Amino acid sequence: MLKHTENIIEVKNLVKKFGNFVANDNLSFEVKKGEIFGFLGANGAGKTTSIKILSGLSFPTSGDVMVAGFDVYKEREKVKKNIGYMSQKFSLYEDLTVRENIRFYGGIYGLSGKYIKEKTESLIERLKMKDIQDSLIKSLPLGWKQKIAFSVAIFHNPKIVFLDEPTGGVDPITRRDFWEMIYEASDSGITVFVTTHYMDEAEYCDRVSIMDQGRIEGLDTPAELKKQFHAKNMDEVFLKIAR
Amino acid sequence: MQNQSNYIVEVTDLKKSYEKVDAVKGVSFSVSKGELFGLIGPDGAGKTSIFRILTTLMFPTDGQVSVLDFDVIKDYKKIRSNIGYMPQRFSLYQDLSVEENLAFFARIFGTTIEENYDLIKDIYVQIEPFKDRLAGKLSGGMKQKLALCCALIHSPDVLILDEPTTGVDAVSRKEFWEMLIRLKDKGITILVSTPYMDEANLCDRVALIQNGEIMSIDTPEKVIENFGRKLWAVKSDKIYQLIKDLKSLEFVDTVFPFGEFLHITLKTEDLNQDELISILTENNHKGIQIQVIEANIEDCFMQLMSTSE
Repeated sequence: MLKHTENIIEVKNLVKKFGNFVANDNLSFEVKKGEIFGFLGANGAGKTTSIKILSGLSFPTSGDVMVAGFDVYKEREKVKKNIGYMSQKFSLYEDLTVRENIRFYGGIYGLSGKYIKEKTESLIERLKMKDIQDSLIKSLPLGWKQKIAFSVAIFHNPKIVFLDEPTGGVDPITRRDFWEMIYEASDSGITVFVTTHYMDEAEYCDRVSIMDQGRIEGLDTPAELKKQFHAKNMDEVFLKIAR
Repeated sequence: MQNQSNYIVEVTDLKKSYEKVDAVKGVSFSVSKGELFGLIGPDGAGKTSIFRILTTLMFPTDGQVSVLDFDVIKDYKKIRSNIGYMPQRFSLYQDLSVEENLAFFARIFGTTIEENYDLIKDIYVQIEPFKDRLAGKLSGGMKQKLALCCALIHSPDVLILDEPTTGVDAVSRKEFWEMLIRLKDKGITILVSTPYMDEANLCDRVALIQNGEIMSIDTPEKVIENFGRKLWAVKSDKIYQLIKDLKSLEFVDTVFPFGEFLHITLKTEDLNQDELISILTENNHKGIQIQVIEANIEDCFMQLMSTSE
């Protein structure tokens, strides 16, 4: 298969300690370009610690970590320029309008005014949000916010986008619309690194890693994981690993 | 005046409006003694507003609401001493220890930890090793267990839990529901809200709620029976392409991803499996699997959402 051959994330023997506590215990894995990579684990398993390191917000204690071709020790700013990030908790400025948020993020990533303008038009068109483009973010339903937040996170065409529980609390139809946006981004070559507590969403990923107590205890395609753990769905795989 | 009724909770045409939003738009339901009743819906559906009115923390804009036969406006004090409430946001004292929090809540309700220890024992033993730790320093799962103990310590007749499992991992969610089932077996009436549709199956009855309106109230089995259409599960080796292709077919009504399959409904009942396979094969799909399946609560929720729009 041509798709998914080039490594976009390479992690070798990553260790992160806080005092005596080992949050990431010797992690090694790769993520391929264009892949939808599910990063699962129980609360407190060490996912957030890893994501912070991969997005250049925190240094590893030891190990080699390359993201989008850059070293997270030496080239943090380059890492940041080449990734996008969205979470359930923080995504957009509530007191800015849809348009203003887009312009703001575009500006932060150093995109030209002309580029921002053109791309904003096509984005608003695609999201069918012409009527609400000048509404404040805080006046919009959660599902819309999350769709806008995702579009903003990939507005600068990053190589990788990190999504931290993007669909929590969202209604079931919007949750599925959101996953279609993820498929579309992946189709266009953007690598998607996503965490979720919805186990059915784990099935939508090309590969899934499952962490428990700082270690990766399972990493493969959903089909292989189910075989390996003699489970009928990802929920069972997860329970077998994390319980 | 107190009306006698068989219901522990009775809500008739409840409305709640805030400055700009109508959060609850005329909702009616009742909960019987000993029932485990689920309010199932996404963020913004109105779940928290309803629970805050039931717990007398907020007035309704309109409608009749009684809990344990007491009116939520006139008799709010009587309601408060007989219910346990776990709000969505962690609401214990972060700078008190586990044990201090529990003792505090017991005292507020004029009781002691010892008096009702039996009720919380199963849950409390799991956090007892950390009883001297400050509540603010607990892990998410432990905080949740402590909050449940504090809501139970005065042995309430009704337990009201606002999204206790949101943001909680699949293992802790399972454990939490096991605790709820044990409490229900002890005769406590439980109202719980959740955005996780799969938790509906663990309730005796559920109300599916969206945009301030209840779309359906029934047992989970009955909700599923009422789906009333043929539902197919389809997959191929190119799932995104499959979504796009199915959506472009005129006779296909809805297409929703569900785990490794897509759940689809058709506008016609006449199409058979072989015809569908041959159409997809023409579109270069390989590894096609297709079968008729029974709907689940989430299928029902989405169908109700689409029809109520």
